[in-house]
Amino acid sequence: MISQAAYATASAKPASAGIRQAVSRGAHLAVMGLGHAYRKSDGMVLDDINFEVRPGEVLALLGRSGCGKSTLLHMLAGLTLPSRGEVVINGNTVTEPSPKWVMMFQAPSLYPWMTVAQNAALGLRFTRRGHEIAKRVPEVLELVDLASFADRNAQELSGGQQQRVALARSLATNPEMLLLDEPFSALDAFTRRSLQRDVRAIARNLGLTLVIVTHDVSEAVRMADRVLVLDANPGRIAEDTEVALDEMQREGGCDRFNAEHVRLMDLYTRVAHGDPADASDDNEQY
Amino acid sequence: MSSMADTPSVKLALPSMGRLRGLGMGALGIAVLLGLWWLGGWAVANDPDMFAFADFAPAPTLSALWDILRSGEVFAMSGPSLYRVGAGLLIAAALGVPVGIAIGRIDWLRELTNVPFQFLRMISPLSWMPIAVMVYETWDGAIVFLIGVAAIWPILFSTAAGVRRIDPSWLKVARNLGANPIHMLFVVILPAIAVDVLTGIRLALGVAWVVLVPAEYLGVTSGLGYAINDARDTLDYARLAAVVVVIGAIGFALDYACAALIKRFNWVRDSAH
Repeated sequence: MISQAAYATASAKPASAGIRQAVSRGAHLAVMGLGHAYRKSDGMVLDDINFEVRPGEVLALLGRSGCGKSTLLHMLAGLTLPSRGEVVINGNTVTEPSPKWVMMFQAPSLYPWMTVAQNAALGLRFTRRGHEIAKRVPEVLELVDLASFADRNAQELSGGQQQRVALARSLATNPEMLLLDEPFSALDAFTRRSLQRDVRAIARNLGLTLVIVTHDVSEAVRMADRVLVLDANPGRIAEDTEVALDEMQREGGCDRFNAEHVRLMDLYTRVAHGDPADASDDNEQY
Repeated sequence: MSSMADTPSVKLALPSMGRLRGLGMGALGIAVLLGLWWLGGWAVANDPDMFAFADFAPAPTLSALWDILRSGEVFAMSGPSLYRVGAGLLIAAALGVPVGIAIGRIDWLRELTNVPFQFLRMISPLSWMPIAVMVYETWDGAIVFLIGVAAIWPILFSTAAGVRRIDPSWLKVARNLGANPIHMLFVVILPAIAVDVLTGIRLALGVAWVVLVPAEYLGVTSGLGYAINDARDTLDYARLAAVVVVIGAIGFALDYACAALIKRFNWVRDSAH
């Protein structure tokens, strides 16, 4: 467990944040004293969560099933309100969902009665920016490599392609932050890899802040600049560590990648009550 | 991204063959029905106790049918009936769809209404007849009311069931992307349940068409039910049977139209992964 004092000043931006914000249109996120219980009589599922995400940073929330990481992500999105503490984005407390920070789920949840382009246009349609659809939708479909699929029915696409449409749908409104709730866990390894790579590349190119919830150590190593390892019952931040890899190294197959993977797996295992076999159940071999 | 190059598998269906077979079987079924009808007519004609009803046989019936078709009487008969069924269905849908959405969405409302609605549903619509006649000034009003009472339940329950089957993540996605309640209703909920609503309307139409004829036995001087009653009173059995054929044909056509609409709005694709 790291010292809580390190997070006491979570609302204060580190010196570098100002500089990055100048070049990034990503959101600045601060979580302060957040705690949550589903009902008043129940125990806390999340307790004393404090952290900050710089604009344009890719953060992974790594934890086992049931540690409350998905609940935490819903709170960052404003889809659930915390019982204690607050989520602050760009200086404003989050009280409701906004197209400026969009969540992606494990299921693509496309509307099956719509085409790919219509699905991608939903955010613009909902936010009265219909006039942008003609220009913006082809752009985002191009971004996710599905330009030629615009007029196909969403159901005709493979799982990976559907998740790409969901990504395009999320990007269409020019959000400042993407919140990913294990969005690739239902995909085959090859498709998952290409999406992990592409989502990271897109977020970095656009300067988006990215928060990924995962139980997969290799996903965290491939995608995140920084990893928060969550403990369970109640969910707390047990470790906060940077992933020091460049874009090439993130592809895997090199010593640096393997070393980071082993290091993170070790942290993760220790947090999961020191039973290596128990914790590695959740993780496939990289 | 070579993995993205995969295209959905091409379906090797043979719709023309299936269609031809379906048409052939349909024609055969009608032929069998006509054969049985003819046999029944032959038996009746040869029975000294019943030969007065020989006009129910196919030949006199079809001849009478040709007469009412040629004279345009068939339109005069079915027009008022179609109006009554249409008005009744419209009112049933206008009430049933919103109430169905509400009880599909709101748990306590469903729990509250379940017992009373199931109770009301099981009451034969025709048993409301005396009350309807007292309440409404015109016979037309009473008949439209009876059809509405018959038609509302299938629409309401089918709509509610459709709403309950909506994937919760569709609503979550919409909320996250900034949808307001109007968007939620018109962009997500209604397209999602379109097929359930139409299926309910199709069932309701079946019930309404059944209720229509006995409802038209009373009071009114127009419509298919009245035409049957009138033919019976004038002992014109060929004409009576011809009206029965017309009722069946219109009912079949309406149901077929509903089925076509359902097919049109059904978003579930065979090739879905």
